[in-house]
Parts: sequence; structure tokens; C-alpha cells
Amino acid sequence: MRAIDGTDPATVTVEAVIDGVTVRVAEGTTILDACGGRGCGIPTLCYGETITPRNACRVCMVEVEGSRTLVPSCSRPVTEGMVVTTRSERIDHSRRMVLEFLGSSVDLSLTDHVEEWNAEYGADPTRYGSEAARVDEPVRIDNDLYVRDYSKCILCYQCVDACGEQWQNSFVIDIAGRGFDARVSTEHDVSLPDSGCVYCGNCIQVCPTGALMFTSEYTMRQAGTWDEARQTRVDTVCGYCGVGCNLTLHVQDDSIVKVTSPADSGITSGNLCVKGRFGFQHAQNRPAD
Amino acid sequence: METIKRTTPASDAERDAIESLLGPGDDRLGRDAIAGQVVRGRRHLLLPCLHALNDRIGWISPPAIDHLATRLGASPAEIHAVASFYGLFSLSPRDPVQRHVCIDLACRAAGGPSEETVTDGAHPAPCLGLCDRAPAAITIGAPNEEPDPASAAVDRTGDDVLLRRVGADDPLDLDAYLANGGFSALKRARDLGPEGIIAAVEASGLTGRGGAGFPTARKWDAVRTQPVTPHHLICNADESEPGTFKDRTLIENDPYALIESMAIAGLAIGCELGRVYLRGEYLRAYQTLSTAIERCRSAGHLGPSAGFDIEIIRGAGAYICGEETAIFNSIEGYRGEPRNKPPFPFESGLFGQPTAVNNVETLMNVPSIVAEGRRADRRLFCLSGAVRRPGVIEAPIGITLGELIERAGGLRDGSELRAVMLGGAAGGFAGPGDLDLSLDDTSLREVGLTLGSGVVMVHDQHVDLVDQLRRIAAFFRDESCGQCVPCRVGTIRQEEAIERLASGTGEADLALLRDIAGAMRDASICGLGQTAANAIQSAVVRLGVLT
Repeated sequence: MRAIDGTDPATVTVEAVIDGVTVRVAEGTTILDACGGRGCGIPTLCYGETITPRNACRVCMVEVEGSRTLVPSCSRPVTEGMVVTTRSERIDHSRRMVLEFLGSSVDLSLTDHVEEWNAEYGADPTRYGSEAARVDEPVRIDNDLYVRDYSKCILCYQCVDACGEQWQNSFVIDIAGRGFDARVSTEHDVSLPDSGCVYCGNCIQVCPTGALMFTSEYTMRQAGTWDEARQTRVDTVCGYCGVGCNLTLHVQDDSIVKVTSPADSGITSGNLCVKGRFGFQHAQNRPAD
Repeated sequence: METIKRTTPASDAERDAIESLLGPGDDRLGRDAIAGQVVRGRRHLLLPCLHALNDRIGWISPPAIDHLATRLGASPAEIHAVASFYGLFSLSPRDPVQRHVCIDLACRAAGGPSEETVTDGAHPAPCLGLCDRAPAAITIGAPNEEPDPASAAVDRTGDDVLLRRVGADDPLDLDAYLANGGFSALKRARDLGPEGIIAAVEASGLTGRGGAGFPTARKWDAVRTQPVTPHHLICNADESEPGTFKDRTLIENDPYALIESMAIAGLAIGCELGRVYLRGEYLRAYQTLSTAIERCRSAGHLGPSAGFDIEIIRGAGAYICGEETAIFNSIEGYRGEPRNKPPFPFESGLFGQPTAVNNVETLMNVPSIVAEGRRADRRLFCLSGAVRRPGVIEAPIGITLGELIERAGGLRDGSELRAVMLGGAAGGFAGPGDLDLSLDDTSLREVGLTLGSGVVMVHDQHVDLVDQLRRIAAFFRDESCGQCVPCRVGTIRQEEAIERLASGTGEADLALLRDIAGAMRDASICGLGQTAANAIQSAVVRLGVLT
């Protein structure tokens, strides 16, 4: 929605030079999108397709001529005449440090691409020693549907924005506290059943680190039985009401273990309600053997 | 919207506190929801409401947050998020009367306590802006206690412009202010018109005195010419840079001049309601400025007939809220997290509208520029530490460090100069060999230093510089808002590395400090993170501390 389709003749375009190559993109296109979007080689952590970028993680920084500091490519629009560099010693240093900062303070074991980027940028999160402060939070299991493990949280703000004004408008969670003590939290850190949570699970959908997780996935991971290689994904349409939300059922050993919705679905943009997200048990209530 | 499931109601005292700002209300959501936009349109009253609760009850309870959420059409999680952001607010029960003991740089150099050694249940406070009377402490919340006495300047000279009225018998004597030419600059400004005012400011060479040094005329002209209205003026009086107390001194001693300065600025940029974002700990300044504003309204210098009015917004203990975009979020009732630039404040600032944010001292330069065509070639310096007469000194830009120290009475007996912190914790350190250093932007930039907010904190041989660096690191760790990774984690990793270096580790940790500094400077969202390593790097490189 941010990038206007460049093929529309009425679209205003701007010309810029990225890594020595002249590009012409629709006005408003971000540097990241002008480079090909996620997966183009610029690392991203807090960025998600369905949420307005907060550029909080600062791993996607690039150099823009004339800018004193580096610039977040995920949110900075390309402007006429902009000269962008996406790899340099200075950029690599910043990316390496962000990877180390996060790797040394939270558990990134379930975050995509981290190992690969650590290798690419020479990041060594262990060099801060065993005494380095970490985000130590107990796993919060306070309801049957999903668990919250903030020791994996990089504070990307996506769950807050998905719960709030960008999607669900429930405003049940926000960032509380300040600095290194800042945490995603309900009011007074009350449990989810005591909060106004409607269990749409849209926060789980956008969480990039596995800090928010279906209870089914969490239980299987604990038991060592979670195996994505054995899973298939079945695209279907939710049958609960007439909206027609797209569902992706994650199936392992003939059981639904998790439900997502395609981020690029024109109907859901990845969002569901509690029924579509969690109401799948009836589909697999098999008669006892 | 979230449904509140808890049943404990707010107490009568809590309701009264909230109603003192929002008026009587019906907390049935249905009633307020009819006028949902009106209710939500009062979000900017959140910070004052939290102050009212914290002042009267001593803390902000869960039922009070629930009630406030209902009254403002927000969710309890949002209100809790904001309340938990500020250092002056408590989310657990405590006495409304709190002793705040400064644990920051000038005070610990003067033998004040550290975070660990603060006693008697007192609150360890970041720099209270009382460095001229270090070690310092204040009491917040005592209803009948007179705030600490106003600070005065030291070494006044006949050339003083900014300090010319400082030290007057009664700073709140409006007749005396008028008799000495008060509001004549505003009259002259009306004759000049917006473009004339801005041309005069441009000719004066005035730049921001809060630390960034941006040309004031350019900022004003950018706001003035924006088609979107209204235009906003914010006087940034959230003076929290450790070692800085000039703005407090100006407000406490010359409040009418600030009012007049803001009225001129309002005229220049087309703003009818100026806001002063005043540091929460500055109780006397709050009292003085409030009274001055009231008296100006009564006399017709402010208010509808004057076409300009001023309101004060009290900060609540967050250094970051002095950042020019964090200040918008704070005033609007959100967490004081900086915004991304672009868009810049001149086009999208407070409430998304064109806004000029100016430091107190910057504004106070304006009347004499407009009335007398003066050049803005003088600055205020905050002298503290091992000098005979700590205080605020006005001096021409370009005075040498040595001359300035002499004007503060020179070093105390028995003191040998070891280091001078220049510009604040976000600034840097000069050494004993730098007494001939000219204190102007260009000369300082050449040696990697800055005037910042005018801090000149003089340390002698008795000051433990490693301890000073430790505190600088702790300060930034405490005050980081937590939004971006380089600052949120970088500041704590910096502190850890300094702790290790203090206990005698070597080269690897120095290299680590440099690595951390580079990433914070290059990749942080705002000036806090970008400068959080400055003073420490400067002490390492220029003074060899920690090596």
C-alpha cells in the first residue's frame, strides 16, 4: 500500500542512484522497496509487510549522500536525486553491532536469517561476555491459546501496532517502561484473561522472533516434536462467517498445529479473528480408536 | 475498544484529581463514547492528569489508570505505557512527598551520593540543574514548602544582555519590568512584522542554544511559510543535560523577558498559543513563570486582547523529552519517544502541524535583537565544579576556557585542573592544556568538542574521572527511551564495558567501546543515542582515562 504501482502513467516518479545504478521509482517508494523489498540483500528484523515500518531495529541502515547519520531503508522514501549506498564499511559495522546487541540480549534462535547475517557481517554476540545484561523474562502461559516469551522480544512494535490502530483496534498491549527495561505489556502486566485481549492472534502473525507463539507450537517445541520439515501448508477459506478470510493451515502428522493468513491476502492482510485463528479443533475431533 | 474487566473503582481523591483537569464526567463508557472524538481529543491532558494524580495521591494506581482511560477514550494499556515512561511518576504506593537527591556529575564530584548510597528512602535523581550548589537535593510534593531559592548569576558585568535583569529585587514586579523597557521589543516587533523580525534575527546570527545550534531565523521562516495552520511554538525548557542550569536561572529571575520573547517568536511564525515545556523538577521556575503569565494576562500583555497566550506543560522526569520530536509526543499524551525525521518539525510537528521548538536562552536573545539590532554574540555558560564561584556567566562567544574559569573566581584553593566537561554529558572533555581554547563552535569543532548547552564543569585532582564516566554511561542507559536498538542496548553495553575497564581490563574493551560508539552515533534514531558516547570517547582519547 505504501508503494504506488509504478506502471500507472499518472504516477509521479523520482530518479535516484542506488549503488551506482540509476533507478526510477514511484514517489513514496522506500529505499528498501526500490532495492527489491525484503530479501533483496538488505537485512531487516523489525520490518513486516503489513505494518507501517517503525525502523526501530536499525539493521537495514544505508548511506544517503548528505546525511550525517545512516538512514533506515525500510521507511525512508526515495527522493529525487538521492544517492544511496547499501554496503560500506560503515554500514556493515552498524549492522554487525545491531546483530550483536540483539543477539547478546535476547534469544534470536527462532528469528529467520540471523545465523546467516551473523556470518555475513562478522557479528559475535558472545564477545560481550556472560555477564552481559539480557532480557530475562519468564515465559507467560496464562491462557490456552498462545504464550508470550519476551526473552525473545526485539521490541519491533509490530504486535503493538497490530493490536492497536493499524489492525485490531483493541489496544491491549503497549510498550511499558523505558530503555533496556522497556517491555511489551498489558496494563500493569495483568494476564491476558484479565486484559481486554480478544485472542485474534494478529500479534502472533506479525511477531518476527517467536516471542508470541501458538500454545500448540510451544507445547510441541517443548516436547521436541515440532518439525517444520514434516509440515504441509494448506490454503483454504475460513468457514465461520461470510467474510471469506484466507487461512493457511499448518499441518503436521494429519493435525492442524497452527493457523496463519497470507500477509498478501487482499481480504485479511494476514489478520484473522479468534475463530479463524484458533477455532480449528472441531476439524480434527476424530473418534477415539 | 478494550472492555475493562476490573471492578475496583478509583477513589474519590483520584476522581477529584482527574476532574480538576477534565471536569466532571460520567464514567459510563456509553455516555462518553457518544462524543468519542471529543473525549479522545483531550489526550493532550493525559500528562497533566498523571501529574495531578501523582502530586495528590503520591502514585498512580491501577483503578486510577482505568478511570483515566475511560475518561480519555484510551485503553488502560496505553495509559499505563505512558505513566511508566516517566521517572517522576510512581506506579506503586508511596508518600506524595519525595526527597530527590542528585546523584549526577557535579554533585558526586562534590561528595554527593551515588545511586547505591542514597539513604533514607530518598529518590536518586539525575542532574537536578542545581550544580551551582552541589551536592543538591530537592523535595517534590510538599504542598506548603517553599521551593529552593532562585539561583542567581555570578560575575555580572555591565555588558550583560541576557542576564541584565538577573538578580533584580523582585523578578515578578511587572511594573519594574515595564519601567525598564519591558514589552518595548514586542512593540517594535509588531512594527517590523513577521518578515522584519526574521530578517533581524537572521542578521544577528542567532543559533539554537539548546545544543544543536541550528540557525533560528531559518527555523522560523520555514514555519512561517507553511500553508497548514495553526503554527505552534514550543519553548523547550526541559533543561536536563547534566551540568546545565542556565535556563532555570533565566526563568526564575527574568520570567517576563521569556514571555515577551515568546510573544515575538509567536508573531514571527504566526502562532497564537505558545507552550513552555518545563522540566518537572523545576518547581520554583514553574511557580515564577505561572505567576508571571497570570499577571501578564491580567495586564493585557497575554490573552485574547494581546493575540497571544502561553501555557506551561510540566515534564515528568525524562531527559529524552527535551529532544525536539519527543517533546511533541509527550505534550500530545503519548510516550516521549522521538519521531523519525523527515518529516521535520517545521512541516509536521506538534499535532502534525508546523512547529518551532526553541530553547529558553535562544528565545531570550530575541528582544534585544529586535529592539536594538544587537548581534547574538554572547552565550550563557554554566560553571560548576572546582571553581570558587559556581554559577551562570554571560560571556562573548570566543572567550577562552581559561578566561571563563577566571571569571568564576578561578580554581578553588589547592585545586589543580584535571579536566573540564564541556557542553554536557553529550559533549566532551577538555584537559589542563586546553585553557587557551576559544569557546566558539568552529574552534571547538576542530578539536572534536562542542559548546552544547554551555556546560563548563571543572574537575580537579580530587575527582574520580572514571567514576564520572561510569555515571555518564549510567545516565544515558537510564534515559534511553528504548525505542531503537543501537541506543537501548548500546548504552547498557557501553556501561558494562566501562565497569570492566574500571576494574582493569584492557585494550579489547576499549575497542569494544569504540565499536559501540560508532554504531550508536551512526544508527540511533535521535540525538540522545547519537551523542551518548561522545563524552566517554572524548575522555578516553583526549585525557587517556580508562587506558
